[in-house]
Amino acid sequence: MTTITMTVNGKERSGKAEGRTLLVDFLRTEMGLTGTHVGCDTSQCGCCVVHVNGESVKACATFVSGMDGAEVTTIEGMANDDGSLGVMQASFKEHHGLQCGFCTPGMIMSATDLLANNPSPSEDEIRTWLKGNICRCTGYHNIVKSVQAAAATMAGAREAAE
Amino acid sequence: MAKDFGIGESVKRSEDVRFVTGNGKYTDDINRPGQTYAYFLRSPVAHATLDSINIDEAKKAPGVVGVFTGQDIADAGLGGVPCGWQITDKHGDPMKEPAHPILAHGKVRHVGDPIVCVVADTYAQARDAAEMIDIDFGQLPAVVDMKAAAEGNPTNVHDEAPDNVCYDWELGDKEAVDSAFAGAAHVTTLELVNNRLVANPMEPRCCIGDWDSSSDDYTLYTTSQNPHVIRLLMGAFVLNIPEHKLRVYAPDVGGGFGAKIYHYAEEAFVTWASKQVRRPIKWTSDRSEAFISDAHGRDQVTKAELAMDAEGKFLALRCDTLANMGAYLSTFAPAIPTWLHGTLLAGQYATPAVHCRVRAMFTNTVPVDAYRGAGRPEATYILERIVNKAAKELGLDQCELRRRNFIRDFPYDTPVAVQYDTGDFDKTLNKAMEISDYANFEQRRQEAASRGKLRGIGLSCYIEACGIAPSSLVGALGARAGLYEAATIRVNPTGSVTVLTGSHSHGQGHETTFAQVVSDALGIPFESVDIVHGDTSKVPFGMGTYGSRSLAVGGSAIVKAVDKVVEKGKKIAAHLLEAAESDIVFEDGQYKVAGTDKAKAFAEVSLAAYVPHNYPIEDVEPGLEETAFYDPKNFTFPAGAYLCEVEVDPETGKVEIIDLFAADDFGNIVNPMIVEGQVHGGLAQGLGQAMLENCVYDEEGQLTSGSYMDYAMPLAGDLPMFTVSSEDGTPCTHNPLGVKGCGEAGAIGSPPALVNAVIDALRDHGIEHIDMPLSPNRVWSAINAASHKQAAE
Amino acid sequence: MYAFDYQKPSDVDSAVAALKSEGAQPLSGGQTLIPTLKMRLNMPEVLVDLSGIESMKGISRDGDTIHVGAATTHGAIAKSADIQSAIPGLAHQASRIGDPAVRNRGTIGGAIANNDPAACYPSACMALNATIVTNTRELSAANFFLGMYTTALEEDEIVTAVKFPVPSGSSYQKFDQPASRFPLVGVFVAKTAEGVRVAVTGAGSDGVFRHEGLEQALSGSFSADAVGGVTVSSDGLMKDLHGTPEYRANLIKVLTKRAVQEIG
Repeated sequence: MTTITMTVNGKERSGKAEGRTLLVDFLRTEMGLTGTHVGCDTSQCGCCVVHVNGESVKACATFVSGMDGAEVTTIEGMANDDGSLGVMQASFKEHHGLQCGFCTPGMIMSATDLLANNPSPSEDEIRTWLKGNICRCTGYHNIVKSVQAAAATMAGAREAAE
Repeated sequence: MAKDFGIGESVKRSEDVRFVTGNGKYTDDINRPGQTYAYFLRSPVAHATLDSINIDEAKKAPGVVGVFTGQDIADAGLGGVPCGWQITDKHGDPMKEPAHPILAHGKVRHVGDPIVCVVADTYAQARDAAEMIDIDFGQLPAVVDMKAAAEGNPTNVHDEAPDNVCYDWELGDKEAVDSAFAGAAHVTTLELVNNRLVANPMEPRCCIGDWDSSSDDYTLYTTSQNPHVIRLLMGAFVLNIPEHKLRVYAPDVGGGFGAKIYHYAEEAFVTWASKQVRRPIKWTSDRSEAFISDAHGRDQVTKAELAMDAEGKFLALRCDTLANMGAYLSTFAPAIPTWLHGTLLAGQYATPAVHCRVRAMFTNTVPVDAYRGAGRPEATYILERIVNKAAKELGLDQCELRRRNFIRDFPYDTPVAVQYDTGDFDKTLNKAMEISDYANFEQRRQEAASRGKLRGIGLSCYIEACGIAPSSLVGALGARAGLYEAATIRVNPTGSVTVLTGSHSHGQGHETTFAQVVSDALGIPFESVDIVHGDTSKVPFGMGTYGSRSLAVGGSAIVKAVDKVVEKGKKIAAHLLEAAESDIVFEDGQYKVAGTDKAKAFAEVSLAAYVPHNYPIEDVEPGLEETAFYDPKNFTFPAGAYLCEVEVDPETGKVEIIDLFAADDFGNIVNPMIVEGQVHGGLAQGLGQAMLENCVYDEEGQLTSGSYMDYAMPLAGDLPMFTVSSEDGTPCTHNPLGVKGCGEAGAIGSPPALVNAVIDALRDHGIEHIDMPLSPNRVWSAINAASHKQAAE
Repeated sequence: MYAFDYQKPSDVDSAVAALKSEGAQPLSGGQTLIPTLKMRLNMPEVLVDLSGIESMKGISRDGDTIHVGAATTHGAIAKSADIQSAIPGLAHQASRIGDPAVRNRGTIGGAIANNDPAACYPSACMALNATIVTNTRELSAANFFLGMYTTALEEDEIVTAVKFPVPSGSSYQKFDQPASRFPLVGVFVAKTAEGVRVAVTGAGSDGVFRHEGLEQALSGSFSADAVGGVTVSSDGLMKDLHGTPEYRANLIKVLTKRAVQEIG
């Protein structure tokens, strides 16, 4: 066991890990952040997607060893500072982009990363980007709508700021 | 009252805030003090005797607190996993119902059959210890192929089921069908495979058994669609624990689709063993483990024949089906290919005679049970494929042939034992044709052809029996439980309302829809209604969520309980208003004296019930809480017309879904946004079955599609935006909300629509049928074979 | 997964030293290895994480050669302006591997060292006649890939970089296996000074291979029609749930034709 210290959702946190400890287990058990889920064992479903140093990664296919000093953002860190829902979270609620909610954290983390890379994606680009996030409930229709709407909201906010 | 939150409004879901912020509480998010972890050592072979099991080393391994075998379970006198439905075969005999021990005893019967459970301080330790267990397997031939099994396989999965037949069942008038065929002008025949599927809710199953040493009470936390059913089955049939000593709690559940209806061995094991090791035990399934331990769905093979007169009027339908039960009978398994399948074979058509025979077969595969639609997708697939094949043979448009046969008079008694209360099949077909611009399809086909693509359009008109079910009816058909639903309306002293419902929400949005119903009925703010479900220690009773029954049955129970609250409130209001009870009317959240401006608000009356100073205490008890049980009078019959438009790349065989146009009749609708979402999800699963998903065993009974590397789940890029419409339905005639249910429609109606579309796209190749899933390889092979055949001619 | 010691050296020499210990294995992006470990199909005693070695990361162009560090992620390759302009087929190939989260972790070195028969990169390496650089030597792609999951790598030898000669045209066409979304067949076509090279992944029972018939036809006439005249045999092609050898043979032709059309 070694102690790993990282910045999680803006706060410095430490926890114990073995060599084989996966980031997702560290987050769920050591950090108590159970919003990051495990839906498969082949790194395909994307229920575990978090951001590490600003990029989306699959927390079920990342060892926490060697992550000392990393900046990690999970679904619990996506709300605004005042506690209100972040743009992507609000958009999923507004457009019924979730049903059972299990894939939702990973879906929101991936979609957020998409808009960071491509602020105005086409429908096709959204669908292609979300290849690593499986949803069994929604048929993706309202997820695509949620991401499109979030992109429009963010574009509006950028314009207003300019 | 806020009108924006009433019935018919697309209210945004109140449950979403916790889900989008990562605050959902799923079973695996729960940890109990002192919790241990279970690892199930499962059979790596499909069929074998267990000649010896050596657990000595495992018991001594670090962290291990217990190692249990089937012998331990037998010694403890525990029952097996029970089946909840008994089918009576065509000779009047009960189905074969072999024991299903919670840990295999003597024999294993499918890959994944649990043999030993190791309980340890950590999951890794339990798994490490399991590797020290030595088992001698006496390998037996595996029964995998149903058709081969039906033709006489020398191996029996169970000694008590000769020839591997669980039951041989029939429904309908065989003589009438035979004579109709004898006089038919045209007969269309078709053999179909309804491919085996894995439900794959994104949350794998999980359970925690927690025995309390001070009270001798047990709590089971579990991923279930129906916690009371689990309490009943597990308590009464497996563990012999009475209900008052057993709490079953299913918190947030990450999707079910049928696979989380059933009582599973792991639940019984962790509950029982938590007392043996005197610590809580958690088990969380891996996805790979889910593939070999969650009940599978579908898996039927059918030969169908349709007899018609010269004008294309249907005279009779004959079906002969083999249905795979897997190695053991899961909770509802026997009912799926029979009462949920045979009874829907009339479809939307006035076919006077229908006969179906179903042989249910045991095989050395994972048990098969209900998966979204359950029986009804199989019936719809048979009918809607054979009708399209018939239309092609008769040279009729697919819509036209259906119109010649639609049922138009309701109520309608089908020749397969159900009565449709209402419907309007022309209307949904018209709607589907309108939203798909069916009339101009030929232009789109030609445009696609100019790009080298083959475009096709396929129709499917489905009907399903939902809102299950009248208890007396299902009892007569073999159900071992009633299928009513329960609800309690607890009016709190200050006028807020807590609703305790037996329906379980695992994505369906009950916390929103049910609150809309109550807010609308009581005229109180939507935010003042709290929906509680999933916990047997809170909710009086419940039969749970499946078969699109939550609103039709659970919602009706809520309406009944609300009515009781209002009736009692009227008595209190009459006293407060010094009026006769018969003069009190309740509207817009007010108890009013009819014809006057005298009124008391709902909250005032509620408070009076809890502070009964000025109160009719002689006639009315204090408090305001009512419970109702609702037993439906009939099934509900959602129906609709789906048109699927596809393009096929003839070079690769790849099918692209351009759109799926769904026109549904769900009766009245409480929350259109949620209903559309349910349709989208059902469509994705139906189109997934038709195009991608396939659960495949090899000859030895090994599951070759045992992970997402080989089992193709629909991804965002596989599907289009859908065009759906469910306005202006015909209200159900026999439940108070006039609702029918919408959860399964998409999965029922879409597979034949897609297959019909692809066959239409391949019209110039003379291809009559391709079995699902229509993978690129299968479509290309069909095109390739047809091209060779045409070249040879 | 089984327990192991974890090490994260910061230079190649320390990594190689660490790999000399009993039961040591290298870990790169881990996107294939970690799922394998979870299923207990692999039992390292020491995992040597190569992701901390800065000298093994990055992309640079030196004349007509693109140099890609072995620990460079698929995501970085896909986004590299140098690769997009010099070898668009390679940039496109990287952009189609897995999904965005996988591409942020998975590396080219890890992928080629594993040599999965359905991996994408071996086809680019073969078609472009890449040089695989290890801590001890340089090997041509043809001498590096030795068959399914087999390479010329010795114990404690690691891939440190891949050098790609810049072709005059390149295209990668991938047809997804419906479940894993690995290539059911992937075809990389490169126009090089020595002629047209066509490498196929996902199809061969023995891993990546070059197709001589297609190369000869296209070296003669670089056109879709030339592809049509070639017979692609199904002998030696894989059979699984998702594709017969005959289907894979068909896809090889179709995808080669599409690659040729894209290069123009």
